[in-house]
Amino acid sequence: MNRTRRLKLQAFRAIVFIVLGAFFLVPIAAMLEFSTRGREINERTLNAWGSIVKTPDLTDAITASLEIAAITCVAMLVLLLPTMVWVRLRFPGLNRVVEFICLLPLTVPAIALVVGMVPIYRWLSINLSSSILTLSFAYLILVLPYSYRSLDAGLAAIDLKTLSEAARSLGAGWFTVMWRVVVPNMSSALLNASLLVVALVLGEYTFANLLAYENLQVAIYYVSLVSAGTSIAVAVASLLFAFALLMILSFVGRPPSPIAKAEDADISVGQTVGLSGGLIGRSR
Amino acid sequence: MTAVRSAALTAAGRPIAGSRRLSFSWVGLVPFFAYVGLFLFLPTVIIIVGSLTTKEGALTASNFTEIAQGYVVKAFVASITISAASAVVGAVAGALLAYAVAAGNPRGILRRTVTSGSGVLAQFGGVTLAFAFVATIGTTGFVYLFLKDRGIDIYANGVWIYDLAGLTLIYTYFQIPLMLIVFLPAVDGIRPQWREATESLGGGSWHYWRYVAGPLLAPSFLGCTLLLFANAFSAYATAAALITGGGVIIPLVISNLLTSETGRAQPGLAKALAIGMIVVVLLVMSLYTLLQRRTTRWLR
Repeated sequence: MNRTRRLKLQAFRAIVFIVLGAFFLVPIAAMLEFSTRGREINERTLNAWGSIVKTPDLTDAITASLEIAAITCVAMLVLLLPTMVWVRLRFPGLNRVVEFICLLPLTVPAIALVVGMVPIYRWLSINLSSSILTLSFAYLILVLPYSYRSLDAGLAAIDLKTLSEAARSLGAGWFTVMWRVVVPNMSSALLNASLLVVALVLGEYTFANLLAYENLQVAIYYVSLVSAGTSIAVAVASLLFAFALLMILSFVGRPPSPIAKAEDADISVGQTVGLSGGLIGRSR
Repeated sequence: MTAVRSAALTAAGRPIAGSRRLSFSWVGLVPFFAYVGLFLFLPTVIIIVGSLTTKEGALTASNFTEIAQGYVVKAFVASITISAASAVVGAVAGALLAYAVAAGNPRGILRRTVTSGSGVLAQFGGVTLAFAFVATIGTTGFVYLFLKDRGIDIYANGVWIYDLAGLTLIYTYFQIPLMLIVFLPAVDGIRPQWREATESLGGGSWHYWRYVAGPLLAPSFLGCTLLLFANAFSAYATAAALITGGGVIIPLVISNLLTSETGRAQPGLAKALAIGMIVVVLLVMSLYTLLQRRTTRWLR
């Protein structure tokens, strides 16, 4: 590469990074700025942040969303992991079917799926419970593709058949195989899947809004109608929390070996977070 | 007598024991299939059946003919326009970013930051994203006031942030990072040797991009643009938080039809529109898969 072209390339890169960097950072900075505004011009105050805990609607919604996230996370692991292990061991032919089903929610926009969920939730609230925690049922479907991809990557990395046969031949039951052999061997994939579930559930708005439940995002919206500062403060807080989770994820999710190529790491991050396509705007 | 009985038991017992292994291992699959049956397939069936029947349950196609109403068609056009616009802008900017990233050190801190950051930002959306832009370029927003103090009024011709233009701008915020994630592998697949080969044959930058890199990246670029289109097309929460009242785009029309606040909830039409959305996304995603397959032919 000759000198002028290298200079040109570096200039091009600098411009791209600065312009796009500004585009992505300014709105977040603007939210911080907005949430610390006082009554006077140039007055800085943390009142909006302080009033988060004084707004019962918000604290209730935060608790509910965290509970739903925890339930969805546990339910996902209990439902999906044993099924995936079992299919790999006993029904390898069904592997593609399970994969197809798990990735299916990606091609159905959330707003379309919720149309079909409305009658089901009406039935549920009459016959079972109208608690906001029932949202976990729907969220489990939403997180299937992401969870499947993370767990699939984890299962591909271990020799499941040998491990389980070794454990079985030493007298372990299936529960022991799952709990003491499979789970410890894929802890980073489990963490991956769990963090994604939490991030997705905390950001979910579509289902909660249309099924008339007040989760975190819906509450943020309602609070914004009364007090913009407070709602933006919660928004920033929830955003930073999700960022922290996903950042942990993108570093934990990397292959442990230093020899692993950077490209592979990118692709695996892409697979869990993006490929499954960023798609399709579950939180949007 | 006892001998006969025990013989009969073993004779009868063996096939049972033998078939027990076979007949019970499927039980392990029941929870999963029952669950997706109830919460994924049942809703789909409800949508399909509901779109073909009236409120009273009679078979009809009227839900689909009602799509032809003016405001629905307008919303469909608006949906497609902003999805296409934000997909194209996002794809071009994302591709430039991918090229800038790929040209750097493959293990550098910059690349790691950009890829991880994109993974995070591609998921960013909904109420929070809408607020971020209101706080930035809303009428009391930081950047708007900053520019206005310096004599630049971005709303000289009316406030457009709550319009389709604003929505398009906001969508690019999650489109660009998504483009980076899905397009970077293709850009990484371009080898420096190909450029050297072009040069040794006497070609310049133009020839390289026109005849070598361009055609190689084109299928992937198109495919990723389609993915971005589907992504924007299915987005609901951002628009719902930004635009109050009025079904400007299809997802908002659906939610208006579902909630009976207006006193004229039309579940049948909502279901027909849901099917319309699913069909569009399915078409776009199949094209995307086809184009991706073409890309992987030369990508490693």
